[in-house]
Amino acid sequence: MKDRLIYERSVKGRVGYAWPTLDVPRIEPKEILSKTHIRAEAPKLPEVSEFDVVRHFTRLSQDNFSVDTNFYPLGSCTMKYNPKVNEKVAAMDGFAQIHPLQPEQHLQGILQLHWELEQLLSEITGMAAYTLQPSAGAQGELAGIKIILSYFQCKNEKRSTILIPDSAHGTNPATAALSQFKVVEVKSGADGLVDLADLKSKLNEDVAALMLTNPNTLGLFEKDILTITKLLHEVGALVYMDGANMNALLGNARPGDMQVDIMHLNLHKTFSTPHGGGGPGAGPVGVAKHLEDFLPVPRVRKKDGQLFWDYRAEHSIGRLHGFYGNVGVLVRAYTYIRFLGNTGIMRAGKTALINANYIKKKLEHLYPVPYGDLCMHEFVASAKSLKQYGVTAQDVAKRLLDFGFYAPTVYFPLIVEEALMIEPTETESKESLDAFIDAMLAIAEEAKAGLAPEAPQNMPVQRVDEVRAAREPNLRWLPPASSLPTEPPTQALGQSSMRMDSSSQTF
Amino acid sequence: MKIPEDLLYTKSHEWAKRDGQKIQVGITQHAQEELRDVVFVELPEIGKTVKAGEPVAVVESVKAAFDIYAPVSGTVSAVNEGLTTTPQLINDDCYTTGWMYTLEFSDEAELGNLLSPAAYAEQLKSGAA
Repeated sequence: MKDRLIYERSVKGRVGYAWPTLDVPRIEPKEILSKTHIRAEAPKLPEVSEFDVVRHFTRLSQDNFSVDTNFYPLGSCTMKYNPKVNEKVAAMDGFAQIHPLQPEQHLQGILQLHWELEQLLSEITGMAAYTLQPSAGAQGELAGIKIILSYFQCKNEKRSTILIPDSAHGTNPATAALSQFKVVEVKSGADGLVDLADLKSKLNEDVAALMLTNPNTLGLFEKDILTITKLLHEVGALVYMDGANMNALLGNARPGDMQVDIMHLNLHKTFSTPHGGGGPGAGPVGVAKHLEDFLPVPRVRKKDGQLFWDYRAEHSIGRLHGFYGNVGVLVRAYTYIRFLGNTGIMRAGKTALINANYIKKKLEHLYPVPYGDLCMHEFVASAKSLKQYGVTAQDVAKRLLDFGFYAPTVYFPLIVEEALMIEPTETESKESLDAFIDAMLAIAEEAKAGLAPEAPQNMPVQRVDEVRAAREPNLRWLPPASSLPTEPPTQALGQSSMRMDSSSQTF
Repeated sequence: MKIPEDLLYTKSHEWAKRDGQKIQVGITQHAQEELRDVVFVELPEIGKTVKAGEPVAVVESVKAAFDIYAPVSGTVSAVNEGLTTTPQLINDDCYTTGWMYTLEFSDEAELGNLLSPAAYAEQLKSGAA
């Protein structure tokens, strides 16, 4: 059943709270505000009770697909389970009730956590130093590119090209272009890995860096990584690693050992902090020793057993975030790493690989995987063979929702036709993997029998007309002429009905 | 699959129609079908100079955004403004009203690198991307 909008629940005169009689002199807004700051017309807010609001939004929240309710194999997003202990630790008074403007001697606990988390991430990735400031992967990339710019500025070198493989995440070229770099694409070979000959042909003294995701978005490990980093370094360029797929390497291989110069991590992917639904995330950036001075300030340092924020910054790219990053996310990631410990981290990485390969082997007779025999933490299958029955990757994705599974990433990377990018993560049991496999096989059988329905069938919203939405976007809901109060409520504005933001309920 | 006889083609599914010292460029029927419904087209600025194989324009569908490459080197001399408001012209007729831009080519010899209709048809048949 389609839920009514909060506006459609509006009843004239209904209020959330009854206010006591005014016992101070009443001041009209126009007496104290200039004309430009006063509304000519009262906002058209729904008139609802608190209970109406609670019931409405609680009901809507039950339509959410989340990793707490359903298997979420969204490739390259690493939607692993977010252990509840993370929440418990983040809610401890010593973390939750502090303020960044308190004196440093009152904040030694959280500073210690910053300090230790930087060390832990350095140990896991083999990088020399970290900043925890960036609030997401894309901001981490921006930090990385700014570091690259500053590095060459310091060396008095002008370099204007960034190389990016054709299998990269779209954010990589976007970040490079935003920073005025020219983006040159490096082709993948028949094995789905960086084509070394193509890379060599594009290397010259104008190349500032290569932005590489390893394992790449096909779920394949760039086995030539040592050659790749060597080739880049030979022309004086740097290697930036997008750490979105770091889950595959956890505890088993370290980008620092592969001579990567800069990388970002997504704590909301690899380190089990909440992901999706608006974040917040965290995208710490790690650098090799020779780039440490370029990291954002402030940096946490230790002197005589006391931790403090150090703002000294000769080469620093400056600040990226108010205060010290999304600290609550950092607490959760720290908790996760400490709970798993060395062996746990290693097992997480390995289990993610086993789970992905298990699904791959069970599906590939119907959904062939064009690149790679063994995959890492994810793989890209093709729904191409269903095309002859009129079923596309998008249809498969939508149908999965009916079976109670979130959809994999579709149509990415572009080098696989009708791509379905599947990443189960280590936190799913064999039973849930099997249930997903069964659903995928059932969908293929349905398609072959010509019985594929227009999916989704069982969702609150059916197939959305994406084409029309993109061509004729209608971004504002307007009430039917008769359904809303035309007069402002009788009490003074802003005191009577509960204010609801229309933007929070329009999907 | 419609592959007009009077056009030249690229491996990356652009077509080129010669008119004196210029070529008109668009994307092929195959490309249009693969992309599905086009929802946005980013056209180059007139006067932009490009080398063969460089990205010139972007076509966005509900599936993804794709670069459109220059078949030969040259200077952009006209663009199909109609695509900015009516991107579906590409789906409606990619070979006529759905043309994208005109290029004054700088080296006639480069036209020799383009595919004939027969060669392009062969490429599609062999399934090369």
